[in-house]
Amino acid sequence: MKAFSYEKMTDPAKAAARAAEVEGAKFLAGGTNLLDLMKLEIEAPVHIIDVNGLGLDEITETEDGGLRIGTLVSNTALSADARIRREYPLLTRAIAAGASGQLRNKATTGGNLLQRTRCPYFYDPDQPCNKRKPGSGCAALSKGAFSRQLGIIGTSDACIATHPSDMAVAMRALDATVETVTPTGMTRRIALEDLHVLPGDTPDKETSLLPGELITAVTLPAPVGGAQKYHKVRDRASYAFALVSVALIRQPDGSGRVALGGVAPKPWRSLEADAELPNGARAVMTKLLNGARPTEENAFKITLAERTLAAMLAEE
Amino acid sequence: MEFNQPAGNNLFDNARVVGKPLNRIDGPLKVTGTAPYAYERHDVVANQLYGYPVGSAISHGRIVSMETEAAKASPGVRAVVTTLDIEPLGIWNYNVARLFGGDKVEHYHQAIAVVVADTFEQARAAAALIETEYEEGEPADFDLDAAFERVEGSGEPGTLVGDVEGAFRSAAAVVDQKYRTPSQTHAMMEPHAAIVDWSDGGEMTVWTSNQMIEWNRQSLATNFDIDPDTIRVESPYIGGGFGGKLWLRADEVLAAIGSRAAKAPVKLALPRPFMMNNTTHRSATVQRIRLAAGADGKLTGIWHEAASHSLPGGRGENATAQTPFFYAAPNRRVQHHIIEMSLPEASDMRAPGEASGLMALEVAMDEMAEALEMDPVEFRILNDTQVNPSDPDQPFSERHFVECLKRGAEAFGWNDRNRTPAGKREGQWLIGHGMAGAYRGAPTLNSGARVRLSGGKLIVETDMTDIGTGSYTILAQTAAEVMGLTVEDVDMRLGNSAYPVSSGSGGQFGAASSTAGVYAACLALREKIAERLKVEDPEFRDGRVIAGDSDTALADLDGEIVAEDTMKFGDFKKGYKLATFGAHFVEVAVHRGSGEIRVRRMVAVADSGRILNPITARSQVIGGMTMGVGAALSEEMALDTGRGMFANHDLAGYEVAVHADIPEQEVIFLDTVDEISSPLKAKGVGELGLCGVAAAVANAVYNATGVRVRDYPVTLDKIIDRMPAV
Repeated sequence: MKAFSYEKMTDPAKAAARAAEVEGAKFLAGGTNLLDLMKLEIEAPVHIIDVNGLGLDEITETEDGGLRIGTLVSNTALSADARIRREYPLLTRAIAAGASGQLRNKATTGGNLLQRTRCPYFYDPDQPCNKRKPGSGCAALSKGAFSRQLGIIGTSDACIATHPSDMAVAMRALDATVETVTPTGMTRRIALEDLHVLPGDTPDKETSLLPGELITAVTLPAPVGGAQKYHKVRDRASYAFALVSVALIRQPDGSGRVALGGVAPKPWRSLEADAELPNGARAVMTKLLNGARPTEENAFKITLAERTLAAMLAEE
Repeated sequence: MEFNQPAGNNLFDNARVVGKPLNRIDGPLKVTGTAPYAYERHDVVANQLYGYPVGSAISHGRIVSMETEAAKASPGVRAVVTTLDIEPLGIWNYNVARLFGGDKVEHYHQAIAVVVADTFEQARAAAALIETEYEEGEPADFDLDAAFERVEGSGEPGTLVGDVEGAFRSAAAVVDQKYRTPSQTHAMMEPHAAIVDWSDGGEMTVWTSNQMIEWNRQSLATNFDIDPDTIRVESPYIGGGFGGKLWLRADEVLAAIGSRAAKAPVKLALPRPFMMNNTTHRSATVQRIRLAAGADGKLTGIWHEAASHSLPGGRGENATAQTPFFYAAPNRRVQHHIIEMSLPEASDMRAPGEASGLMALEVAMDEMAEALEMDPVEFRILNDTQVNPSDPDQPFSERHFVECLKRGAEAFGWNDRNRTPAGKREGQWLIGHGMAGAYRGAPTLNSGARVRLSGGKLIVETDMTDIGTGSYTILAQTAAEVMGLTVEDVDMRLGNSAYPVSSGSGGQFGAASSTAGVYAACLALREKIAERLKVEDPEFRDGRVIAGDSDTALADLDGEIVAEDTMKFGDFKKGYKLATFGAHFVEVAVHRGSGEIRVRRMVAVADSGRILNPITARSQVIGGMTMGVGAALSEEMALDTGRGMFANHDLAGYEVAVHADIPEQEVIFLDTVDEISSPLKAKGVGELGLCGVAAAVANAVYNATGVRVRDYPVTLDKIIDRMPAV
């Protein structure tokens, strides 16, 4: 870990301005991912801005009948909230499928969205990685590499890492929007779909946030009802990242929404695929995973996603 | 004392303390966090500095240069020593990887430098500043499958009995399949860690976490070419070892080098990623197994050929270890090939050999039972043997494998199972049942102890270790039994090179061997007491020495009476084959869509001689069963065959079973004793509990889905293509 300076701030706009002003600054909330990365020097911020004193830890109702989730609401509090459990059970199920109780107690809503990939090569400073060290190459794409966990779609020749969040997959299916404050004090609304960007030639750039821009909340539109399910597929029963996860909202008329985790650099969903839901799992995945470029080791994820959705549809 | 004839009737046959379900006496220390583990021994020596290692970023080649100026100038740094600064260290018995010194790189994350600083954070930060220039070696081959194909059939078999090829020509049924097991890491909670004080380059004191105190001391002496008598080693508590801490590793070596350079004590723990690529691991295996049987279900031929990887001169993982001995068959050919690879050192991990071998052999047995249309339990019973089938003049000392199978089948409800693959579904889950046999050798090693009696209290000193197995408890029970005391009267002192050399912990030899050593020392003490009291053959009970009219409380004996002895196991054992046996029964559920596999129920039966403490023994077996579930379903060190390194090098990427993976586990111990094994008629159980578990799971997955997987771990990607559509 490299030495860094530290300050605690209490005003969101000032925190954003400060972060933009100091090059190499980083926000610290729950720290469940950032501190691990700092110990390995994968992240090496020169300045830490502790945002735990900003407030922003409440869930409130919005004018259009939805909910605004403060960025510092813990994963535990969010998944246990009575309104979330009742009206957005998909979100509760997805959060409860992630990490462990201890981590969920510390992890925050904004931090969860900004957590970084768990690609093993990203985590090994002795290996090339375009995300960690731009231009050094992608070890995961070299001959003989271990890529079973990695992405099959939305990836590039520079990077095949996935976004590891479960919470974000549910939020994507729920059409969530991210609220931010910019360094100039402006409020910005970003559809969750547009928060994470695909790697292309610059896998080190992972979001559309401006330098210093701070996530202040995530808003959920009015409840959409339907049966809401989250199936996280993994080799062991707990404490593992998804091989594939499937978020499903299904209305009584057979229409609905599907989002996937564990397959792409962001939660993966398309309206064209959603429209195929009445035609079954294969029809959905044909659209949703159209253009997939898996490795030999992770091609099974295509079959897995389809079979998992098929079983979820058959359950009802 | 020599153990050179069957034990015969002795005091353990009417035991008051041995064999009783005593809670582990070190339990309160463990659960209150007060047991002193190596890295937290802040009080043993003042002014401890912190060491941090640097590992090689290439798998093989040469180090051209190392730039250390920035590290040396970094805040708090007291010393930086690189592998280029010193001559290659020596290598002691059993090991082949050079731990430090010289410019040659043999494997990824081989230790190449140590940084010593005032704080851990300073040492770690400075270590990251060292820049190394490498000259990579020629491209190397890390493909074990291809290597197996090259060597298959070559060389001399380890076991060759009868006419194997003839047996296959005339067989009514044949199984001929290839099986694969991946490299595995011990993944114990506590990493390798040590505090070493070698400040003046003279006497060396080591506080560490190691299973084998004397091996550790000898290995340090050889590495540094110093007199072993100048080295003191302490390792009273060990946070898991599983064979990974049988050896001296880089933690102690770097702490010693750092201490000598900084002229102060240095503590160093290997970071978790080092556990996978710096220390030892269980090698992957490729195994071809051919079984031949007659129409009557009797095996006529067993042909097992396997390969594993190793650095030059190493032992790899001999997956054929059980095959010469487990099942009857008149014709047999068994061979293990060791393939040299520039990978981290392959060495022992819990049940080395048998754990991997039974993962394959017990699936092959399931396949043969199916080919013969026989029940897998009945098929195994039919092929039992009471003599070593590779040397029929040698009987097993005790072998109750058939009883294991019968008791397990009954407890599990085996006969009520669905026998048609993919024939049972509950909601989204396909339900399957499987079983496997278990075999593991039962070695003993010479073991010594010293006992001190004073005021009716007994101190027991031996360099035996407790790696979480219960050594403290069973040794206290043994001493209390022999001396007629209570366990509360006994003060156990373990894991210190100041004490007599014991068997140490490994190869499931620890319990049988070290209790025998304590028994020998206690008998020597009894003789001294009898001499002092001038009585013959006194009885020791209730804290008293009783012989005829003489009745003396041990508490009334003046001063301290000290006795020491070593139990030496004699050659008479060679007339027998000693082993432990078991049977595992497993129920799994496989998700019909995703193919996720979850274990729902497990029953194990163990035939391990006298069970010294049913609580600690059960803990050993359920720990083995848990490790077996990991081996079956998730544990794999993912080999990057281009780079020659294990890529998933943390506990998020290397998936051991978690609580949610482990269901109800039932353990049944057969009430057996083995008087050839030891005076306590005991054998090991800690490794037996792992043997065969993974195969039982794989066989259950086959029963649930109709998909046979011969490539561990059995993960969903290997079955979903062949499962029925949803």
